[in-house]
Amino acid sequence: MTVLTPESENVSTSSNRLLHELPREKLAWMLQRMCEIRYFEEKAEDLYIRGLVHGTMHLSIGQEAGSVGSIATLWPEDLIIHHHRGHGHTIAKGADLTTMMAEFLGKETGYCRGRGGSMHIADIPGGNLGATGVVGGGIPTAVGIALALQMRRSEQILLSYFGDGATNEGEFHESLNMASTWKLPVVFICDNNQYGMSMHVSKVMNIKNISTRAASYGIPGITVDGNDVLAVYEAVLEADERARSGQGPSLVDCLSYRWRGHSKSDRNLYRTAQEIDDWKHKCPIRRFKKVLVEAAIMTNDEVEAIDQAAKTAVDRAAEEALTFPEPSPENMEDEVYAP
Amino acid sequence: MTTETKREITYLEAVREALVQEMRTDKEVFLIGEDVGTYGGAFGVSKGMLEEFGPERVRDTPISEAAIAGAATGAALMGMRPVMEVMFMDFLTISTNQLVNAAAKMRFMFGGKCSIPMVIRAPSGSGTGAAAQHSQSLEAWFVNVPGIKVVAPSTPYDAKGMLISAIRDNNPVLFMEHKLLYRMKGLVPEEPYSIPLKSADVKREGRDLTIVAYSIMVPRALEAAEKLAAEDIDIEVVDPRSLNPLDEETIIRSVSKTGRVLIAHEAPRTGGFGGELAAMIAESEAFDFLDVPIRRLAGRNVPIPYNRTLERAAVPQVEDIVAAARALAQEGK
Repeated sequence: MTVLTPESENVSTSSNRLLHELPREKLAWMLQRMCEIRYFEEKAEDLYIRGLVHGTMHLSIGQEAGSVGSIATLWPEDLIIHHHRGHGHTIAKGADLTTMMAEFLGKETGYCRGRGGSMHIADIPGGNLGATGVVGGGIPTAVGIALALQMRRSEQILLSYFGDGATNEGEFHESLNMASTWKLPVVFICDNNQYGMSMHVSKVMNIKNISTRAASYGIPGITVDGNDVLAVYEAVLEADERARSGQGPSLVDCLSYRWRGHSKSDRNLYRTAQEIDDWKHKCPIRRFKKVLVEAAIMTNDEVEAIDQAAKTAVDRAAEEALTFPEPSPENMEDEVYAP
Repeated sequence: MTTETKREITYLEAVREALVQEMRTDKEVFLIGEDVGTYGGAFGVSKGMLEEFGPERVRDTPISEAAIAGAATGAALMGMRPVMEVMFMDFLTISTNQLVNAAAKMRFMFGGKCSIPMVIRAPSGSGTGAAAQHSQSLEAWFVNVPGIKVVAPSTPYDAKGMLISAIRDNNPVLFMEHKLLYRMKGLVPEEPYSIPLKSADVKREGRDLTIVAYSIMVPRALEAAEKLAAEDIDIEVVDPRSLNPLDEETIIRSVSKTGRVLIAHEAPRTGGFGGELAAMIAESEAFDFLDVPIRRLAGRNVPIPYNRTLERAAVPQVEDIVAAARALAQEGK
């Protein structure tokens, strides 16, 4: 893994090797999850506009390669903990789309029984240990999860996700230092979409690549093209192996871009339409499809069939979730404490 | 439990004994905090524990209160039973995001599908000359956060039994240890035992006036009660022991009997837990038995000062309780 210097502008991209090394089913799985994330978020946005989804939501449209490329490296029993822009991780980790949509709709049958909503989806049995809405707030918790794995001599590892903004939080510093000192089985993944709400990374830190922060913890750091699902896969897999073999954490900075605003109140006053458009041309899904077809792994029809299957799955999930019952406000107090 | 097995130990030793006994019987229990290992803890609570349990379970940490709280929260989420020691309760300010936004909320926010069985041991209170940033009693902050329990035992016996309960509890429990109580001695059974958290204790029975006091205010209230007994004022001292959950019944029963109540705590009066106790009593059936209004005796609304005289004056002392209780007992007579 390359350790970058603060001046370095290197961004790692994938080689063609992986395309031929990975089983076709794995590549198809990756494409389908990416498409599901895209369609799911578009559907959720549509339901929000129609007044059916309450509150707010943080869409990761444009960042699908980061969540799918990283989670594709995991063993089924591995764990993730993530953040408010977490729909991608949740779907990639294997969430049931209907149960997930039910949570968006605040239904009793949702993942969190309508208590968490879009920002707090957790699927504990599925190894998704939850999304936190406080920037960087999941990182210290990740230390504890990884500590438990280490103390139990487990072979499982944890992926801990956060955004670029979170790396300016004190909790980031405390946690990476602690995890590194104790060589915990965790990979820290920065979903770098370049903006902390309205603030571009260049306005809030005096370094080029967030991965260079790894140097201060004595761990490897790498910045990858976060729109290249195979580049993400390659970097995270190497970090996984390090974590699983007791060598400790790594920091993987997945450089990408969010097409939508920070949340539903965002009017995009801090960036130009041109910039958004430029990044739309770097769409990770279209790019992956192209790569698959060009390498003759799949035909164009096969790729589009996967896309269509994802769309159908999301549509069905939304349709079904809309029919589910609302939770009851009675006895809410009884749920606060465990017996 | 027989009295034969009891012997006199300090509050600090009682806390340690609870930790050691739980760690011997449950391998998921571990202690984590700054200088808890070789140093034995800033106040010596974990002295000797590193030797018995090793550095993995008596885990020294970097000075990183947020990450320590996160480490405990995450390990608890995984089903372990971490006991986190914060060196001074004041430093929980650094841990608060993990405790308030993560540990306290995960269970509810995730639809009841997880639990966070952890203990936060927090040396609290003034009286050691440590000034404003090492002397606070921040219980009211945490009592206002659903999802976290807050206990503040006042005797070695209560400390051991309640710490064992706190460790076995499936929720985050903030366990306050007043620094001035550490050297207090009392009879404590050698074998492990647990005291339900939601159980107030009548520390002294009396008929004229109830003092509701917790933590360091309990021994002070008991001393005040002895002084006033000489004046033929018979005081009942009720120690809630746990603030959340609160055993309201025991307090209501006592106030209904005496008809007069003084609430004493060290934390500043404004927004202090005494306001909650007063409101709870006023809203209960005890209100009909009150002969005089409910009174609060609390810390003054100042940061804890360094100077010895100022520090004493900032929080209720025995003589303050004597004066307030005497006035309340005589009011309207």
